[in-house]
Amino acid sequence: MILNFRIVRVLLRKEYLQIFRDKVMVRQMVMMPFVQLLVLSSAATFEVKTAQLYLVDRDHTAASRGLVDRLRASGRFRVVDASPSMELAGEALLKRDAGMILGIPAGFERDVVRTRSASVQLVFNAEDGALAGVTNSYAQQIIAAHSHELGATLRPMVVEAPLIEVRTRGWYNQELDYSDYMIPGILVQLLTLVGTLLTAMNIVREKELGTLEQLNVTPVPRGAFIAAKLIPLWTIALAEFAMGLVVASWVFGVPMRGSLILVFIAACIYLVVALGIGLWISTTVDTQQQAMFISFFVILIYLLMSGLFTPIRSMPQWAQWMAELNPVKHFIWIMRAVLLKGAGLNDVWRPLGILAVSGVVALTLAVRQYGKTAA
Amino acid sequence: MTATLRAFMIKEFRHILRDRQTLTILLLMPLVQVVLFGFALRSDVRDVRLVVVDPSPDHATLALRARFAAAGRFRIVAVTPSMQTVEIFFRRGEGDVAIAFDPAFAARLESAGPARLLLAVDASDPNTATTIQAYARTVITSYEAEIGAREGQPVRIVPEIRMRFNPTLESVNLFVPGLIALVLTLVSALMTAISLSREKERGTLEILLVSPLRPWQIIVGKVMPYLGLAFANVLTALLAAWLVFQVPFRGSLALLLAESLLYSTVSLSLGVLVASRTASQRVAMLVALLATMLPSALLSGMVFPVASMPPVLQWFSTIVPARWFIIIARGIMLKGVGLEYLWRETMVLGAMTMVLMTAAVRSFKPRVA
Amino acid sequence: MTAPTIRAHGLTRRFGAFTAVDNISFSVGAGEVFGFLGANGAGKTTAIRMLTGLLAPTSGEAQVAGLDVASQMDQIRRRIGYMSQRFSLYDDLTVLENIGLYGGIYGLAGEQIAQRSSAMLKRLNLADDLVGRLPLGWKQKLAFSVALLHDPAVVFLDEPTGGVDPITRRQFWELIYAAAERGTTVFVTTHYMDEAEYCDRISIMVDGRIAALGTPAELKAKWDVPTIDELFVRLARPA
Repeated sequence: MILNFRIVRVLLRKEYLQIFRDKVMVRQMVMMPFVQLLVLSSAATFEVKTAQLYLVDRDHTAASRGLVDRLRASGRFRVVDASPSMELAGEALLKRDAGMILGIPAGFERDVVRTRSASVQLVFNAEDGALAGVTNSYAQQIIAAHSHELGATLRPMVVEAPLIEVRTRGWYNQELDYSDYMIPGILVQLLTLVGTLLTAMNIVREKELGTLEQLNVTPVPRGAFIAAKLIPLWTIALAEFAMGLVVASWVFGVPMRGSLILVFIAACIYLVVALGIGLWISTTVDTQQQAMFISFFVILIYLLMSGLFTPIRSMPQWAQWMAELNPVKHFIWIMRAVLLKGAGLNDVWRPLGILAVSGVVALTLAVRQYGKTAA
Repeated sequence: MTATLRAFMIKEFRHILRDRQTLTILLLMPLVQVVLFGFALRSDVRDVRLVVVDPSPDHATLALRARFAAAGRFRIVAVTPSMQTVEIFFRRGEGDVAIAFDPAFAARLESAGPARLLLAVDASDPNTATTIQAYARTVITSYEAEIGAREGQPVRIVPEIRMRFNPTLESVNLFVPGLIALVLTLVSALMTAISLSREKERGTLEILLVSPLRPWQIIVGKVMPYLGLAFANVLTALLAAWLVFQVPFRGSLALLLAESLLYSTVSLSLGVLVASRTASQRVAMLVALLATMLPSALLSGMVFPVASMPPVLQWFSTIVPARWFIIIARGIMLKGVGLEYLWRETMVLGAMTMVLMTAAVRSFKPRVA
Repeated sequence: MTAPTIRAHGLTRRFGAFTAVDNISFSVGAGEVFGFLGANGAGKTTAIRMLTGLLAPTSGEAQVAGLDVASQMDQIRRRIGYMSQRFSLYDDLTVLENIGLYGGIYGLAGEQIAQRSSAMLKRLNLADDLVGRLPLGWKQKLAFSVALLHDPAVVFLDEPTGGVDPITRRQFWELIYAAAERGTTVFVTTHYMDEAEYCDRISIMVDGRIAALGTPAELKAKWDVPTIDELFVRLARPA
């Protein structure tokens, strides 16, 4: 046993030496958290700054102009062009000169005054469905507000106070800051890349170079070899995670409402799963290139089905079941719950437990697979 | 010389065909992605779990609650007198939104003073939160309209909404063009970079350079098989998208393939450039990844709209070839437009090709020699 | 006579329909330098991989250092050294780091490792540099020395002198002799037939079978050839 520890120690020394001598690798590992966080978090938002609106106003009355002014005043809409022709407007959409069309028919004001009801046309370029949806939502809110005001001006005697006053509050994220939502996910992605991709490539590299064969002839036990391979990346991934959390908190102001210790424990357990998958992948391929491709393929599926970018609850039932088996999903859930909502152990014990079990299973299967193919 | 070139290309083909694992991934990936993500990646919100906080239930609160229950989208998961339950439900992820009625709701309603309620949404996912808020408000507003109908109608402006090119707002229509771009980048840029740098490392490239083949011919010969692979991928992805999701294809297939060819050429040049500038295969792999795949996935507008990005990134996105290709692909597939509308973007890609190709060929020979 | 340090009996390895090693039997005594010759693809590497535990035999048995390959491989590993065809020390570690690694793996005490490291550096006339920067000949000699670091009973060398200049080759064989003199059994495969003359006994593999086995002198006399090279050509020709 003592001999075993010594062997692991000797191997660990070699691993760390190799990793830190690899300048390309080191640069990547230091830069990766920063680059990813900076770029991804700035890019990853669906917020619409300003929509380009093409105006087809056939009414030209105070009511119609009022509506347009209101839209403009909100800061979210910019009138890029106007004409009486819907065809030209359609062309503008095709040419991407405008993202949406507001069509106010002739007789708008008259209808409002006489029948209390009028219609307008909103045409969106829905190439980007999400974007169109959000813009639509904004537009409708403003239109509703305007119709309210119109009602008030038409019957100044009766105060058209809303019957029901609705106060809205967004919990945990009052400003609806998308980066608070994304950044925990980005950190998870980081961990997964280091844990799975680098592990797979690292082990396969020894296979490719032939140094693995040399080790196989020595009395190094399989367990010692695997431990020496996984431990360095485990520690490095955790270090990156810590760095990422610091950046997230200081630079992006992501709240850390819950226990960071809990988050770290979850990260430690999650990494075991990621490493196990990396180990397993390394047994199925012969070259680093293959390792990279397969890792990416697997990681991509895991990440996209995990609720990182799109909510799990929007997925069809079968996908939601699949997600239950997805360790990434549970980890992201825990991260968001603890960091954003201040959840504690009694709120997250279930996914944490699932992670722990997955870790044990993944590692066992991978080690067994490794044993089979090494001989 | 053409015979040499042909022999060279055949060798490249064999390389690819023999690496079963990579080949499988390359062919399978777009297929799996289209199907999987088409089914799974949605942004629409269903089954919203509602927690009702009703300290003093009366006929109005009950009526509004019934409206929510009947709304289809909402599912009442708890009715409680205290806000604390909401906290617990939100924290455990068991509730999405809560409605808290202020006391004496019906009374205030009837006395024309506003009746108050609080709409609290779990905003940790801001997108979903916004949508859920909108849904909830709709229910409340229609209830309001109903009971207010006697009072003298408020003015209603009714917008007719049309979502052009993508009436159902299907996410899959959105990302299939992006997926094609990604796959093309993967095969054209990444694979080329790896394959070239591998030959460089092994020394077999020098043999080629000594042969009568000129550098550009070497590049072409190396690159052809990957181009073929890329096309196979594009067609597979399109087929899958059309068969499984009825993703529309309103424009000219020939134009799309031609533009794909152009885009592939840009990516290929980038891949060659990376290979000629890096020292080893491993480095080439990582650099190619960073310089081609990541920007193509994140900054091209494939998933996140370019218009939403901060100005710095928007500027940066203009030099990401994938950004232009996605505009073109979406234009062709969803809008059915032709070159008349897409000439600007095509010119950009053309210019990029020329610049990158020249740089690639020029840096090729002196680098290895 | 002392027990043989390597003994193979009916050793066979099949890959699907292809038989790489076909029922070979031989034995090697302590301190012998045994040359395992044959053309590329004759099955030498497969045979050596079976003896070192890298590959399991399809049938037959083998003992190394008195221990059974099929069941006691763990113990065998402590007593053998190996130098593979592809150079397999770590290019991105220094000479001393590589030595330290293998020394630690084989359970040598820190002091022993330090002693042997400096002795090795002196003997090979090496500076402690990154192994990747050494020229090929030095690398091979280093790999050989590392294989002997833990005083194994048997050392297996798979094509150790490939691509190396004649002077380095001679130096290499001097190292081999020195090891044999200390009592280490050296099992070396090569396709350089002239190296056969340096061995105590040799065997020639053709298509997975042992076509000749004995001392170089015996074989030359038996087959009436002036060199082993000539013998090999004759044996390999029908193939």
